[in-house]
Amino acid sequence: MADIAFDESVDITDKVCPLTFVKAKVTLDELDDGQILAIRMNDGEPVQNVPRSIKDEGHQILKLDDNGDGTYTLYVKKVGD
Amino acid sequence: MAEQIDYSSLKKGGFMRQKQKGFFSLRLAVVGGNLTAENIKTIAEVAEKYGHGYVHMTSRQGVEIPFINFNDIEEVRAKLLEGGVKPGVCGPRVRTVTACQGSAICPSGCIDSYELAKEFDERYFGRELPHKFKFGVTGCMNNCLKSEENDLGVKGGYIIDYKADKCISCGVCIKACREGALSLDDNGKVVLDTSKCNNCGRCVKSCPADSWDYEPGYIVSFGGLFGNQIYKGEQIVPIIKDKETLFRVADAAIDFFDKHANAGERFRKTLQRVGEEEFRKEIQAAYEGK
Ligand code: HEM
Ligand code: SF4
Ligand code: SF4
Ligand code: SF4
Repeated sequence: MADIAFDESVDITDKVCPLTFVKAKVTLDELDDGQILAIRMNDGEPVQNVPRSIKDEGHQILKLDDNGDGTYTLYVKKVGD
Repeated sequence: MAEQIDYSSLKKGGFMRQKQKGFFSLRLAVVGGNLTAENIKTIAEVAEKYGHGYVHMTSRQGVEIPFINFNDIEEVRAKLLEGGVKPGVCGPRVRTVTACQGSAICPSGCIDSYELAKEFDERYFGRELPHKFKFGVTGCMNNCLKSEENDLGVKGGYIIDYKADKCISCGVCIKACREGALSLDDNGKVVLDTSKCNNCGRCVKSCPADSWDYEPGYIVSFGGLFGNQIYKGEQIVPIIKDKETLFRVADAAIDFFDKHANAGERFRKTLQRVGEEEFRKEIQAAYEGK
């Protein structure tokens, strides 16, 4: 997997839905337009739903990587301030 | 006075006889679970003035005003109509058409459930049949409106088509799909196993690159029963792409019930007694437009 350079990272594996998305969103809100956030999340509900929720917020999804340990990392480019 | 009460005509008008002598629980017509603010104000006024100041929400999105005195029935009817509220129905006919909020409101929605519920209501509500007949419309696979409990249930879905040229190989849809129908091949292109796809549309909705073309469709189930006995409605024909076909299939189902059912027999029981072969044939023919 090609590594994607990112500006900020957040681990939401300590949260359950819907707080997974809330934690990711709070971190995204603090970034500037065009910055890239790496979000580490659990398999199951989070990886099924969080990417979609972030897309619906209008941000640009770049890639979802399988970390091989039951977690995934989603790379997101922030759109808007 | 009491001996002159015509219970069956009252029941048709949505008046359910209560355990308490001389009192009725008045059932109101609600389509797809929506009432306007004006409707609600009127209902509240009637409940305060004529009832016991409360309403009961039924399990199928209906509203009932308990404790309406028999002597107030005409007055209550008139008062409700002023506020745009009509009595519901009970007894052997088409009942409240239920619906979730669907694609007009819900991000998961594949079809406009409320719109379709209104169309079913206009087409069938109150139609006299051998027994009650229930329609329900749910906007997507999440099935908030429990489509298969109904005599005829409709569930929204997407018929999907992958556009490899737009795909950025992000992998999001692979995980968004709960059916395991998607995988990435060695070139980073998505492979769809159509035999596993249930038309939920989650791939379309999660894709950041608009790599999926889709058409909304209707998944219809027949013969659901959720009372003394429980049966899950069954799908007979593939997902339907247009409303014309949908209504043709619904007409065929309701006509079959009207023609073959004994009085007081629910749709599922009719299908079991008459034999499902015949029914399948008729639905298939309606689906094909014959
Ligand atoms: C990405 C994060 C989220 C996930 C994975 C998630 C997942 C779910 C799931 C699976 C359901 C059950 C749906 C069903 O089977 O009918 C549900 C229901 C619900 N969720 Fe979330 N959700 C998320 C975010 C949120 C947020 C942000 C809110 C509100 C702040 C929220 C509020 C609700 C409510 C109120 C229900 C119950 C709806 C009902 O049953 O009427 N969720 N969620
Ligand atoms: S069935 Fe689907 S469209 Fe309807 S409310 Fe539930 S999630 Fe939304
Ligand atoms: S429509 Fe649903 S089941 Fe079919 S491939 Fe897409 S996500 Fe999977
Ligand atoms: S979500 Fe869209 S862009 Fe990403 S892999 Fe699936 S089809 Fe391709």
